[in-house]
Amino acid sequence: MIAARPQPAQGHFRTPLMETPFHPRLAALAETNDWYGWAGMKSLHSVYDEELEYFAIRSTAALFDISPMAKYRVRGPGSEAMLNRLTLRDVRKLAPGRVHYTAWCDDEGHVLDDGTLFRLAPDDFRLCCQGRHLPWLLDTAEGFDCTVTDETDEVAGLALQGPCSFAVLAAAGFTGAETLKPFQLRDFPHEGGRVTISRTGFTGDLGYELFVAADAALTLWDRLWSAGQPLRLKAIGYNALNRARIEAGFIVAGADFTPADQAIRTDRVRMPDEIGLDWMVDLTKSAFTGRRAIAAARAKGTLKHILVGLDIADNTPAEGAIVYHRGKREAGVVSAAIWSPTLKRNIAIASLDRPYGSRLTDDLWVEIYALRELRYAKLMKPARIVPRPFLTLPRRSATPPGRF
Amino acid sequence: MTSCDAIVIGGGHNGLTAATVLAKAGRRVMLFEAGALGGTMATVEVAPGYRSSALSHLVNRLAPEVVAATGLEMTCLAAPPAPTVVLGDGDPVILRGGYGARLEGVGAEEALAFASLRAKLMGQAAILGRMLGHRPPMPGDFGLGDAWHLGLTGLAVLRKGRAEARDLMRMILTNVADVADEYLTDDRLKGLLSFDATLGAHLGPRSPGSLLGLHYRLTGSAGGVAGGQIVPRGGMGTLAAAFVSAAERAGVELRPGTRVARIEAVQGRATAVTLAGGEVVSAPVIVSAIHPGTTFLRLVDPAEIDTGLTRAFRRHRSKGNVAKLNLALNHIPAFGGLAEADLAGRIVIARSTDHVESAFNPAKYGAFSPDPAIEVVLPSLGQPEMAAKGCTLSALIQFAPYDLKEGWAGGAPRLLDTVLDILDRHAPGLRAGVIAADLLPPTEIEARCGLPGGHWHHGEMTPDQLLFNRPVHAAAGYATPLDGLFLASAGSHPGGGISGLPGLNAARHVLEVAR
Ligand SMILES: Cc1cc2nc3c(=O)[nH]c(=O)nc-3n(C[C@H](O)[C@H](O)[C@H](O)COP(=O)(O)OP(=O)(O)OC[C@H]3O[C@@H](n4cnc5c(N)ncnc54)[C@H](O)[C@@H]3O)c2cc1C
Repeated sequence: MIAARPQPAQGHFRTPLMETPFHPRLAALAETNDWYGWAGMKSLHSVYDEELEYFAIRSTAALFDISPMAKYRVRGPGSEAMLNRLTLRDVRKLAPGRVHYTAWCDDEGHVLDDGTLFRLAPDDFRLCCQGRHLPWLLDTAEGFDCTVTDETDEVAGLALQGPCSFAVLAAAGFTGAETLKPFQLRDFPHEGGRVTISRTGFTGDLGYELFVAADAALTLWDRLWSAGQPLRLKAIGYNALNRARIEAGFIVAGADFTPADQAIRTDRVRMPDEIGLDWMVDLTKSAFTGRRAIAAARAKGTLKHILVGLDIADNTPAEGAIVYHRGKREAGVVSAAIWSPTLKRNIAIASLDRPYGSRLTDDLWVEIYALRELRYAKLMKPARIVPRPFLTLPRRSATPPGRF
Repeated sequence: MTSCDAIVIGGGHNGLTAATVLAKAGRRVMLFEAGALGGTMATVEVAPGYRSSALSHLVNRLAPEVVAATGLEMTCLAAPPAPTVVLGDGDPVILRGGYGARLEGVGAEEALAFASLRAKLMGQAAILGRMLGHRPPMPGDFGLGDAWHLGLTGLAVLRKGRAEARDLMRMILTNVADVADEYLTDDRLKGLLSFDATLGAHLGPRSPGSLLGLHYRLTGSAGGVAGGQIVPRGGMGTLAAAFVSAAERAGVELRPGTRVARIEAVQGRATAVTLAGGEVVSAPVIVSAIHPGTTFLRLVDPAEIDTGLTRAFRRHRSKGNVAKLNLALNHIPAFGGLAEADLAGRIVIARSTDHVESAFNPAKYGAFSPDPAIEVVLPSLGQPEMAAKGCTLSALIQFAPYDLKEGWAGGAPRLLDTVLDILDRHAPGLRAGVIAADLLPPTEIEARCGLPGGHWHHGEMTPDQLLFNRPVHAAAGYATPLDGLFLASAGSHPGGGISGLPGLNAARHVLEVAR
């Protein structure tokens, strides 16, 4: 007989993927069972039908679990100065009760991550991002009168997006939400506690993000879900969200750029100007990490890449396609692409090697490899550089928001 | 607000050198020194009427180009090279001339073996020494001048022939213990090489790379003699005074007793310093000739520098391993039963490689050895004005780790007791003749000299912290990530010891880039 193995003191390895606070609700809804690991947590690529989930974002309302996003809390009198050292934009200009999209770099000016910075109070911030950055944040905070804590597990997050998202909030009893302007945030009462609602999102549509203590996650879900049913609120997975974000022209760390701390090949890192974030770089504010390198690269003209939006002839999505100049010279690669159902256009986000995309912007082609029943159809299609976002929806920014 | 062309922070010999060279080039220079001018070079009273060298006590690498560039007055060093006496078991060995050009106390065969090892190391040091007198080559920012210097160094290697070039590459990162074993049989000589290679470092003779410390020592010279050493007349304070008067002659405005509290910077450029008293002085050039870690972790606002730079300085290894002892004695100690003339240089108590290695072992674990290796200098010898009756003794004790587990408050008296016992064994009656004793562990050196870690070189001299990585990569080559701020202390290339080269190289770089 084989003796039972002794139980190790820790069982963490038995749960390679953790569950988010919303897991019981998502598991009950999941029809496709298309689970994947997002930052070590069980997440869904799709809940029931990717196409229909996309249309929930654009036509009714969609609920997406963003709990796996890394969430850092920076508090204390020195937090504004510390975050100004960390990030590219001027945090002094971020008023309490507002959110801004920002990014941060290493000393060489290579982007470590992008994310949203929430100013919850004058000396209280939350930073949300894809990657894990606690050591970097702690080292940046050294010498500043502030504390940095990782609250990823303690705080659950939901994105409520789509034309009916405000109507769902209103129906769920979040009175006063109508006055929230884009990038504004406020606390609302919930079950004796509170939920922070910001008018933000990753879809380019009217939408909100809600942050709540993990133990109040399920009651928040239920509150939105029951209020949202008459409005056709749907739970969605990442694939639908990804389509919407491409239409909105947003970039994703790890997909459209390789974070500097993860790049294995030293030439695969990107400066802000190389991924379309040049507008964030505030050289007039106080110093920040990477400032010197970015200013030098601009002065010396050593920027190597550029991120562009492409409009491609034909209707086959150009995912992973190689971009050519004059159909011959390799000019870059497509990092995200879809056939946009709303725009009825074939759009893509591409990373080009300068001068393609900067000086040479005409005569670009993409070579799409479409696998059609064990044979690749090689399509060489003309592509045009177009501004991002591809899709601009007036309802996204109208205040008060529509009910639709 | 007061302003000038260049501010120098720190009045050690490197700060004084940089200030003098800048002033001679026509810049209006102000130098701020927290304590007394001279840094580790000072002459102190151990007891009324007994004067010794406060910290450093020997001159063996003061660079001729520094003397020329500053116009340094050298009378206190006008002497032939002083001998080194090695005290091990049995009779002493005496090295005369430049690092034992002549040997006494070993057999003819061993003397020949030493001569061939000495020639080998001196030849290699002459090549490596070419890299010390100018800015280190910076990868990614490699200029014509760098190519020229590197080319010359390469030629110098090749001129010695393929076999020598190969040998240099074989030996350069090896340890002193193996090299000593390769050539020598005499334990006292091996002990001396082990001691000299590791003095001031957190390395034992068997640690990889320890030979480099010996190479570095042999790149130095005194009185024009390679490997030579001189005990300055009047103690190190006289040499400090010479540096000070060179600076005064050049027109440097010297402000001793003035601590710099902050380096002000705006958007990536250093603009001014704020003094401890609150006064602000601005200048387009600020040369920091104090410990580089202090410069970036204490004086500069972290908001003004990149996170990676803070990280690099937090990892910078700079914890001292040497304690200093000054004694006032009522007699001249008869070390090894030798004549006074033979004791006019230094006396090294290092019996063997094993002795030095065992002295190092406890240092790895935050303790000192009950049997440390010791270098002794008698600064007052032949100078009644330094000690009218008797003698002063200056000793360096290796190893005395900065982070002593038991704490130096209790550790210092125990170490003093240990050291006095050892000295008494080699110079019977010494202990009974002690009038006053002052033992400075690294923590005390740190406190008295504003030298974090109390480190000899302002940072370990291992390959990870040399050349274009000295003190850290982003701040190597004297320029720093803050425009207008330059580094010039021993923490920068080429490193520590009384050479003046970091100060000179830094000043020359400033003159080149900040016209
Ligand atoms: C115990 C010991 C013994 C040594 N013995 C020898 C020897 O015999 N021979 C030899 O060649 N080398 C010796 N060395 C090494 C040598 O002394 C150093 O490498 C050398 O002094 C470095 O010179 P420096 O000018 O760069 O810095 P330092 O001599 O350390 O001078 C720095 C100066 O800056 C000042 N300062 C610090 N902070 C501030 C501030 N905020 N504002 C203003 N001023 C400030 C300090 O007071 C100090 O005077 C010894 C080192 C030690 C620790």
